[in-house]
Amino acid sequence: MMGVAMAGGAVLLIYWLAAAAYGPDAFERAQDLFATWFGRLVLFGLTFSLFFHLANGIRHLVWDMGHGFDMPVLRASGLVVVAVAGVLTLITWVAAYMQIGAL
Amino acid sequence: MDMSSPLARARGHGTSSEGGTLHWWGQRLTSIAMAPLALWFIYSAIGLVGADHGAFTSWISELGNLLLMSLFILTMFNHIGQGMQVVVEDYIHGEAAKIATLLALKGFIYIGGASSLLSIFIVVFGN
Repeated sequence: MMGVAMAGGAVLLIYWLAAAAYGPDAFERAQDLFATWFGRLVLFGLTFSLFFHLANGIRHLVWDMGHGFDMPVLRASGLVVVAVAGVLTLITWVAAYMQIGAL
Repeated sequence: MDMSSPLARARGHGTSSEGGTLHWWGQRLTSIAMAPLALWFIYSAIGLVGADHGAFTSWISELGNLLLMSLFILTMFNHIGQGMQVVVEDYIHGEAAKIATLLALKGFIYIGGASSLLSIFIVVFGN
């Protein structure tokens, strides 16, 4: 489900790279657009989606290998996935704000 | 009365005849490849927050970054295609609508992937 959301996010990657190919003005417009509050909100959502999809994907690969089907383990791994995604999202955004010297 | 064996009745209706098993393995392969590539991309994207065109150009012009970004683009659009194909096959009912959606999906991943690759090569090698 997060994957479907992120397929939409791929459009942003296409736009970002195309803007870079167009030149400095287009790239600056793209960077400014991503820096607006709405741009940041979308990117924040995409960051969480990516980490959730990644963590849950690993959970699925473990299931594919035949492990982790007991109900308590199943519930625990679900919580771990959400927690890991949340922590990695926060780390990423703290690092991003430090990058522009805002933290 | 149907005299055919259960095996004969089952044959030809499974997805393996349509390449389902191969598709399943392909999906696992791009999933595993995407894990390190996505982490690398996030790490790189953090470094490019607020970057101007010059900073982006010097970043993508490093051979390692150009190589990994190309791999990221190729693997990701493949992965999107595989994942969305399963969603479409499972949730879009009616053969015409299904084929139309799958064609649109193919168009998106090929045009999106080609555009992304072309873009970074234009930045690196000039226009």
